[in-house]
Amino acid sequence: MNILDKDNKKTSIYPFVILLIIIFVLSFSLGRYPIDAKTLLKVFLSKILPIEKSWEDTIEIVVFQVRLPRIIAALLVGLSLSLSGAVYQGMFKNPLVSPDILAVSAGSAFGAALAIYFSFTTTGIQVFAFLFGIVAVALVYFISQKIKADPIMALVIIGILIGSLFNSFVSLIKYLADTEDKLPAISFWLMGSLSGVMARDIKAVSIPIFLGLVPLYILRWRLNVLTLSEEEAKCLGLDTGKIRLVVIISSTLMTAAAVSISGIIGWIGLVIPHLGRILVGPDYRVLIPTTILLGGSYLLLIDNIARTLTTVEVPLGILTSLIGAPFFIFLLLKRGRS
Amino acid sequence: MLEIRDLSCGYGKEYILENVNFTAKSGDIVCILGSNGSGKSTLIKSIMGLIRPLKGEVLIEGNSILNWSWKRKARFISYIPQSFSSTFQYKVKDIVLMGRTSYLNFSSTPSKEDEIIADEAMKSLKILHLKDKIYCHLSGGERQLVKIAQALAQQAKIIIMDEPTNNLDFGNQMLMLKHLKECAEKGMTVIMSTHSPEHAFLYGTKALLVKDGRVIEIDNPNKNLREVDLEGLYDVKLKVFKLNFKNKMIKMCIPMI
Repeated sequence: MNILDKDNKKTSIYPFVILLIIIFVLSFSLGRYPIDAKTLLKVFLSKILPIEKSWEDTIEIVVFQVRLPRIIAALLVGLSLSLSGAVYQGMFKNPLVSPDILAVSAGSAFGAALAIYFSFTTTGIQVFAFLFGIVAVALVYFISQKIKADPIMALVIIGILIGSLFNSFVSLIKYLADTEDKLPAISFWLMGSLSGVMARDIKAVSIPIFLGLVPLYILRWRLNVLTLSEEEAKCLGLDTGKIRLVVIISSTLMTAAAVSISGIIGWIGLVIPHLGRILVGPDYRVLIPTTILLGGSYLLLIDNIARTLTTVEVPLGILTSLIGAPFFIFLLLKRGRS
Repeated sequence: MLEIRDLSCGYGKEYILENVNFTAKSGDIVCILGSNGSGKSTLIKSIMGLIRPLKGEVLIEGNSILNWSWKRKARFISYIPQSFSSTFQYKVKDIVLMGRTSYLNFSSTPSKEDEIIADEAMKSLKILHLKDKIYCHLSGGERQLVKIAQALAQQAKIIIMDEPTNNLDFGNQMLMLKHLKECAEKGMTVIMSTHSPEHAFLYGTKALLVKDGRVIEIDNPNKNLREVDLEGLYDVKLKVFKLNFKNKMIKMCIPMI
């Protein structure tokens, strides 16, 4: 028993909780309308305690209607992309896989481009992006089921093919789009941004994100077994086909929902799980909460940079790859040495 | 008891083995012998249901297991494939704990009890000291032992291994076989494919000779497995020598080149 107790000390996730809280609080005071910590605290407390109002109305609007939705959006998008990446990497037994391996972002990009082309509203664009993300993955899944090959291999190949198909549709729409307003709109969407996010968007996407998150958390132990070879996993009692389907549905719901409000944001789904694994190891029982916390913190941090760095917002996708790619190289170099 | 009845296996319409019959009881060590590509792995995978048998039955205690769920099957048979690896850096204890998967509820993760069972399994193979090591950094022999610990943690009565001694040095081969013999003595059924006839002589209670799409069952190979059988099996001239050592007869197979 003694030995067991000693070994059972699980890697703690509290440092990541604290990190997230720090970044979360900081994010409110950052921006073009700086708010000092004292006022911020008062504004928050006034929601629960009767505090005399000593600040302008603008501050309250900035905090609750502009920054809060955006902060939550960054957290949700960051955690969704990171968690999808983490579970896909395990399922595909490859640490270099990212959430768009099954063409979800390509599908979403097509949906969004189509909606922009037909001058739909913001909601229309979001709905189209979400639905076409799901359509693309569904296509990949059903075609791969018909192929008599290793199921993992089939998914990867069909994923690449469908992805490139949707990407060509996007190019086609860009080619046909009005160069005055629609083409730039599509291009900006493809670079990713959270600048237009509103409170109702958060409500809408949190449902599919939650629906994806819960099954993945429930499956956390089985996801470990799924990283073994197909034969081993089956013979250990895992119905790999069913589990894979649940993982694909869950990840797709999360990624499609995230992308529908943020546009394409690369790298985060690749880098964060990698970092998580270095910090706490590959066990999904710890890796899932870690990835969620790190992913949320990371995108929130990046989004803070995006909105404060210059007077014009820098698209998120540019920043995540500008930071993500060198960081990834750094991780690989560091690994190689140890 | 595992019973294979009129089993034909292969891929699609191509038959690789036809009408295989044999039984394996508690305490048996069944050695599957045959040349490369003769169908040893196909036979093992068909028994496990990894390849759908074309004909025939696989029965455990008289019940056909062909339509059992993986979860149910895992509680009766554990299988160690020829090659295995882990892409991610799991600790040995996690890998062994994965043997408990078939006992978990839909949403649960391994309990304290499961961890104790996993520890016991490692203890019985004397690898408890590897517990916190990274599995994919271990040597081939150690990894093989960890897989056996995983199979023991699975607490299945039948253990099927595809060339368990492959890639192991002489010492580790003997260690492996010793552990398998202990498993059999505890009442398990061990089925393994091997490239050494000596393994069958030393430890086998049964040998299965796989050649030309057919499987021949030989009881008590130490007594009944003859030179001609092996010559026919491998297409090579050989001699079986008998050595009397401490009142035990040991047989050796030497090629005549």
